[in-house]
Amino acid sequence: MSKIKCQCGHENPFGTVLCEKCGRPLTDEAKKSEMVDMRYEGSARRSQTYKKSVIDKVWNFFSSVKIGVSIIIAVLATSAIGTIFPQKFYVPVSGNDPSEYLEYYERLYGTVGKLYYQLGFYDMYNSWWFKILIGMLGTSIIIASLDRVIPLYKSLTKQRTKRHPSFMKRQRIYGESKVSDSDESLKNAEKALKDLHYKVKVEDGAILAEKNRFGRWGPYVNHTGLIIFLLGVLMRGIPGFYVDETMWIREGETREIPGAPGYLLENVDFSVETYSKDKADEVFGEALDKNGAIVSEFKSDVKLYKEKEGSLPGSSDVEFMKEYPIVVNKPLKFDGYSIFQMDYKTGELKTMTFSLMNKKTEQSVGEFTIDLNDPANDYDLGNGTSIELMEYYADYDGIVDGQPSSKSPIPNNPAFIFNMKTPEHPDGEKSFVAIRQTLEVEPNDYEAKFLSAETRDASGLTIRKDKTLYILLLGGIVFMIGVIQGSYWQHRRIWIQKGSDSEMLIAAHTNKNWYTLKKDLDKVKEVATLPTYTDKQDKEAVIDTTEGETK
Amino acid sequence: MDKKKKRLFIRGAILLVLAAAIVFALTSKKETKVLAVGDKAPNFELQDMNGKKVKLSDYEGQGVFLNFWGTWCPPCKKEMPYIEKHSKEFTNKGVQVLSVNIGESEFKVNTFINQYGLTFPVLIDKNKSVSRNSYNVVPLPTTMLIDKNGVIKQIVTREMSEAEIVSLMESIQPE
Repeated sequence: MSKIKCQCGHENPFGTVLCEKCGRPLTDEAKKSEMVDMRYEGSARRSQTYKKSVIDKVWNFFSSVKIGVSIIIAVLATSAIGTIFPQKFYVPVSGNDPSEYLEYYERLYGTVGKLYYQLGFYDMYNSWWFKILIGMLGTSIIIASLDRVIPLYKSLTKQRTKRHPSFMKRQRIYGESKVSDSDESLKNAEKALKDLHYKVKVEDGAILAEKNRFGRWGPYVNHTGLIIFLLGVLMRGIPGFYVDETMWIREGETREIPGAPGYLLENVDFSVETYSKDKADEVFGEALDKNGAIVSEFKSDVKLYKEKEGSLPGSSDVEFMKEYPIVVNKPLKFDGYSIFQMDYKTGELKTMTFSLMNKKTEQSVGEFTIDLNDPANDYDLGNGTSIELMEYYADYDGIVDGQPSSKSPIPNNPAFIFNMKTPEHPDGEKSFVAIRQTLEVEPNDYEAKFLSAETRDASGLTIRKDKTLYILLLGGIVFMIGVIQGSYWQHRRIWIQKGSDSEMLIAAHTNKNWYTLKKDLDKVKEVATLPTYTDKQDKEAVIDTTEGETK
Repeated sequence: MDKKKKRLFIRGAILLVLAAAIVFALTSKKETKVLAVGDKAPNFELQDMNGKKVKLSDYEGQGVFLNFWGTWCPPCKKEMPYIEKHSKEFTNKGVQVLSVNIGESEFKVNTFINQYGLTFPVLIDKNKSVSRNSYNVVPLPTTMLIDKNGVIKQIVTREMSEAEIVSLMESIQPE
């Protein structure tokens, strides 16, 4: 594409509206207009120039603000739809059976719910199309920003102090008239503008006073923040950056921590504490009477272990790291991970204690306790009496295929086959013992009588790790800096120059807050004789016009 | 470089990076990795019933018939006698049976071994770290067929018939 050569001699890129250097209008449209669009300094937005290859076409698509706004609206609309019914994550359906999900939505929300499920809105934040939409938003932000910030930067750095009168005339604020001593006016104006903290450049009988160009970069800083934020979210997909897992661990168990390979956790004890009247302040006495027990603390005492360097999964070669009481909101922290107390279960059987009774005398000859998770083969009661554990069924489920069977390894309904060896019966008497049930092949002299049971609790823990948190925070901070930068600093420029004879021209531009710009001009006019200006958009004279360039 | 080419190159590069980011967002999943056929079988170290440490890598150069089971699981009980029956003849052909019990008590496992007369190494995965974390075993029984190079050839997540067991063992037999 050819360059556009301005009368002043500067070569502008194709598509330029106002000469980068002197500001002369270059297009027919700009030449005819009374006022020019200063939004991007009349620079050539790359997007609107080349439209040849596929890459250019894709680039131009994403560069368009119309497309960008459409994507934002699409993201907003779909995000809103996702909040109408609960997302999959919050649906109390066990397993991953799709038909159960469908049934859930249909039962609770009828046909609309069914449609909601079928259209994929039930898990939409993880759906491919939502991710693509977010990706397109990011692409649009990057390309649209690049396409604007680079030409804007170039034209702002290339701008000349002395602009062509045709540029001045097309500014929104413009004035021209004869003055008695134009040199004196310029000198006074220069001083006044400097007092108002403008950066003043003087060249060949022309002044360019500029303030807060910095504010022009606000939107782009803001977009950078957004991109950092999106990158942070993206990085959650990299292994090791983001972990959000749950685990159930019973008292006494040691388990590898999901999401934290190489680490093991032992649950030593779980406890629930409640407020009691003697410990709490007196004022709470009444409330405690009324409500009964109120929990003051959920606590899991745990031990953390680490597999030794180079050891294989499953090996018992572990190193003790630390012991810690996990309380709600006081997680166990290690190596970037945090383990939170989230839930608990009580009442799983842990041990059962039996007494061996002589049926006739109803006398106990000894007691024994079976650890349901690690039963022993023999329990010696002394005096030639012992119990041989022949079989154990943790979750007894009746007779299946002619054999007693257990339906799970969890001791929900323990059953045993004992061989009771006593001095009278050195070979033992066999007995099948389950809860509230004792079966004997033939009548025995002794029986194992259930005395007591101990239970154990299980802790529900959540494992979290988020290395992207600080990236998200940085993104948020940069975003806010951009918003502030663009909102509270207005880029103001005032051009004053000598025309032919003793004529003077004055023009001014700001990206927002024209009222203050005019106040600045008025202050300058108090000390320097300058032409009166008119605001072409201000038909009613002095009405505050604060809208300007919006993002 | 000519300006037009340079522009095309820069734009292409930026678009490519962005497209890659979107593809990454679509493909990266937080779900735990699941072993698949063709993967290298993760090495592990577990103790057998005599307290001897057994590593998967001890059997390099042999096929390994890796069976995960529980004493309470009915299909495990059904297939176990067939596995036992053929394990001996295949040991001589270079196929080793390793069975991993998922975190049950020694008492239960010992009774089971005695009841079924098992002769191959039975390992207890006490912390469930091998079965749940490394191998991500969900249903029981699960059997992994590992060839002499330590590569998973097949994953069976249901009860196997006697004929199946024989043909699976043959499939990982080193020549």
